[in-house]
Amino acid sequence: MQAWTLKNTINQTGFLKGFKLLVFLLALLPLERLLYFAYSDQLGANPIEFITRSTGTWTLVLFCLTLGMTPLRLITGWGGWIRVRRMLGLFVFFYACLHFLIWLWLDQDFALASMVKDVIKRPFITMGFITFVLLIPLALTSNQWSQRKLGRRWAILHRLVYVIAGTAILHYWWDKAGKNNFSVVSIYLGVIILLLAFRLSLIKNILIRLNVIRSA
Amino acid sequence: MQPFIDPTILPSEITPKAIFERRRALIKAAAAGSFGAGLAPWFSRAAFAQAAPAGPPAGGVKLKSIPSSYSTTETLSSYKDVTTYNNFYEFGTDKAQPHETAKSLETRPWTVTVEGLVKKPQTFDIDALLKLAPMEERIYRMRCVEGWSMVIPWNGYSLSKLLSVVEPTSAAKYVEFISLADRKQMPGVNSSVLNWPYREGLRLDEAMNPLALLTFGLYGEALPKQNGAPVRMVIPWKYGFKSAKSIVKIRLTDQQPPTSWNTSAPNEYGFYSNVNPNVDHPRWSQATERRIGDGRGFFAPKVKTEMFNGYGNQVASLYAGMDLKKYY
Repeated sequence: MQAWTLKNTINQTGFLKGFKLLVFLLALLPLERLLYFAYSDQLGANPIEFITRSTGTWTLVLFCLTLGMTPLRLITGWGGWIRVRRMLGLFVFFYACLHFLIWLWLDQDFALASMVKDVIKRPFITMGFITFVLLIPLALTSNQWSQRKLGRRWAILHRLVYVIAGTAILHYWWDKAGKNNFSVVSIYLGVIILLLAFRLSLIKNILIRLNVIRSA
Repeated sequence: MQPFIDPTILPSEITPKAIFERRRALIKAAAAGSFGAGLAPWFSRAAFAQAAPAGPPAGGVKLKSIPSSYSTTETLSSYKDVTTYNNFYEFGTDKAQPHETAKSLETRPWTVTVEGLVKKPQTFDIDALLKLAPMEERIYRMRCVEGWSMVIPWNGYSLSKLLSVVEPTSAAKYVEFISLADRKQMPGVNSSVLNWPYREGLRLDEAMNPLALLTFGLYGEALPKQNGAPVRMVIPWKYGFKSAKSIVKIRLTDQQPPTSWNTSAPNEYGFYSNVNPNVDHPRWSQATERRIGDGRGFFAPKVKTEMFNGYGNQVASLYAGMDLKKYY
């Protein structure tokens, strides 16, 4: 009989299922918050501005969380983090779609000409648009079928996430540039730099070695 | 000067306030009565959003004002929107902040010093300023450079009334407005978002235009602190940031004064900053604007922005022959 250990417990599939469900429900909270605010008249004087900013911010937060799963596995040695990474990535795409559709519908009123003009003329919109476009192939190929089909090329394609990290933060940075109001966006930049640093092989190797020692 | 009369609006077309209010009452009564208790809050909210602006809460300091022919007849933005959605960086960069953080502002005693190229420089006590000329109610459109707009009933009188008291000299070409910048009362002044104090300016002929309003109140009451108490400018044909709040000094000069936003981001904010749908902000189009609390509902499309915010009849001549793409 196997002795009860924390590790055995958290490896059980039931626990993993519960964890996945919890992450799913938590990732829906930003949307539920917006719906509740809309219902209870708490979106403020400019509701469109509020939901535009809110969906943009939560896209970025979920993006950081998605990038955080690999470091979390390296630090804790638990594989469960990786099992929710795809779902979190798809939530990034979901909130990015909301953010994009609000701009397309409520800001541009589906006026294609003015939309194209906006994308070409304004660097921060250009960056936002590029970010959205780059997310599409990642969302489309997030299923196991694509993963098998693309083989090694899948991993290469999904390195786009590092490009997206750059375009997303630039989009936010340039939006804030006019008001010199970089305090919040600097925090996100710091978090992203930190998360990317975990990918450096030097740091990665140290963490892997630490885990090997711990589990030995 | 001839009083301004908008030729497009017949006096007979303007709904008298009493009748307007009776209609609102009728809609609310319908909501409360015939639609059942359960639906009433929803329906009355919808009716509310249609037209009826919520006024200020009871107990404010009233400013007795006479109506003005410069007023628009458009639906007023609600008192709540006007007083909870404010760009007032001295109290934080978030527009929802000032109505909380501005509570620390001391608006009495308050003086405004008028100096520079004037024959009679002097310091006015706020109570003297309040009595300097008859108070008018001016319902103006307010267009923010960020792409949103409101319709606000201000109380004040033309700045020209004050300027005529101090008598600008013939050398005076510009008017500079300087706002209070006190770290103790204004938490936002500790941040380096802008160079403090907040400075704004007008050409003297712009400042003498009767639309340029020295403003002491809104919705018939003394200005709430977050709206620039106790005295501010309202220049309705320019983007909102040109209208300096909580003014402590007015200086007449022969040089174009450096203004806060222009100094901070000259490619984004010009000295003139007239509302102009044809000159885009580098980061967004100025062709349309979001009307705050639009009566057509939550998902109402934006409205077209008018040249000079619709005040071209009164101010376009100030800029005759000027390239407004260059002097944005």
